[in-house]
Amino acid sequence: MLLVAVSVVAMLFDIFPVLLAAILSALIWDVFFIPPRFSFTIANSEDALLFALYFVVASVNGALTYKIRQIEKIALKKEEKENTLKLYNTLLNSLSHELRTPIATIIGSTDNLLMHSSKLSDENKIELMNEISKSSVRLNRQVENLLNMSRIESGFLQLKKDWVDVSELIFDVVNRLKEYTADHPVGVIIKNNLPLFKLDYGIMEQVLYNLIYNAASYIPKYCVITVRASCLDDKLILDVEDSGSGFPAEETDKVFDKFYRLKNSRTGGTGLGLSIVKGFVEAHNGTVRLENMPEGGARFTIEIPTEISYPENLENE
Amino acid sequence: MSKPEILIIDDEAEMLRLLEITLESNDFKVNKAVRAKEGLIMASNHPPDLIILDLGLPDDNGHNVLLKLREWYSKPILILSVLNNESDIVKALENGADDYIVKPFRTGELIARIRSSIRRKSSTHNDNKFENKNLMIDFELRTVKKNNQTVKLTATEYNLLALLVKNEGKVLTHHFLLQQTWGPGFQDQTQYLRVYIAQLRKKIEDDPNSPEFIHTESGIGYRFTRED
Repeated sequence: MLLVAVSVVAMLFDIFPVLLAAILSALIWDVFFIPPRFSFTIANSEDALLFALYFVVASVNGALTYKIRQIEKIALKKEEKENTLKLYNTLLNSLSHELRTPIATIIGSTDNLLMHSSKLSDENKIELMNEISKSSVRLNRQVENLLNMSRIESGFLQLKKDWVDVSELIFDVVNRLKEYTADHPVGVIIKNNLPLFKLDYGIMEQVLYNLIYNAASYIPKYCVITVRASCLDDKLILDVEDSGSGFPAEETDKVFDKFYRLKNSRTGGTGLGLSIVKGFVEAHNGTVRLENMPEGGARFTIEIPTEISYPENLENE
Repeated sequence: MSKPEILIIDDEAEMLRLLEITLESNDFKVNKAVRAKEGLIMASNHPPDLIILDLGLPDDNGHNVLLKLREWYSKPILILSVLNNESDIVKALENGADDYIVKPFRTGELIARIRSSIRRKSSTHNDNKFENKNLMIDFELRTVKKNNQTVKLTATEYNLLALLVKNEGKVLTHHFLLQQTWGPGFQDQTQYLRVYIAQLRKKIEDDPNSPEFIHTESGIGYRFTRED
């Protein structure tokens, strides 16, 4: 019994409590089992030996259990470390791919233009210049993503909240994304008499931009994107919905993880867009969730609790 | 007319070269300074028609340089910076910068902003009328017409529109618009601005959801532009 107790202590605590438990249990053993009972006195040398022996057994038992636990701990730590390393490697791979591809294109194209200018046809020159232009824009977007992610991770993200006309915000983003959404009609549905909300305009612009951009990048041609805004219980509700094929069910809870990319996704993304969405929404104390719709397609729903103001309440001139 | 002269104060050699090529091919004359001190001396010795100022200079803070220039220089100053946070932009605009362009930028956009800044400062401000596309504003009669139909504006709506149009091409901060239109004490009442801008757009834009005249500068303010 007492030995079991020592083992339990060893599993739960550090080495010193273990030794203390061993001493205590030896004393208890002494009091109860070595005659004369109910006293610390040890009558003869045989019992003294027995007591000493018990103490040694208890200590060794405790020390061993403690040691085993230590080894398990190290193994666990190692596994954790390996997992982090694995994540770090995926991250580094996807990142270096995403950054190096456009850089390689730019260097290659400029080399061609500089060294073989006389051999290149005018069409080829223009094509190379277009590649440089496209790659630079892509590179800029990735840098923007990384900067945003580090703003979130640094913990220094400070919101500049101000009254926002959500309709203005949504159309502003939709208009800016026109060239990327040429193949996808974007519908906007805004609830009548929507109040003004206190939000950080620039940050929410990024959130919507990433969601619509993401949808437009992955859904098949001519699939529709719908953005909805409404107000429920003083909360702003924003929906971005598409008529694509939705997300694999087993991956819906992972898409917001940093650097996570769908198993079969094509190249051209760092897996940062949606984690930035999550970080920015959470900075507003809001939530974002993803669901597949029964009729197909995916829907991102953002809920942000915030101050609201109804324009009618403004004093008129 | 002689070529407009532009002074660039920026310490990045590549950026200077790019700006020089871009501006010269668009018929501007270019002078360059790589230090704040050098830039201030060059500007006072030979005042240019426009100054392009980088905020990250090696020997002084760009915001300080802007303030020093504004003590006597009244022509357009355009800030060109990698800093794209709203507070830097608002600070520069409120300290007298005419425009703020974030690096990386598109050269077409840069040239358009430079032209519009120079045009704005050289126009006499006494123009009685504004006319562009299907919009006509008569500042003397305080009337606005859209497709030759009179648009009914409230006094506040008119004042806000007139303020934007008179500063055509320039970003006006929320603060500035509120203070000028509603008066001191209203600088932080952005909800007024949101509501009135939405109303104005409904009245003067073809499609209020993709405005051609009144543009939103996110987190900073509004800019009125004309269609060329």
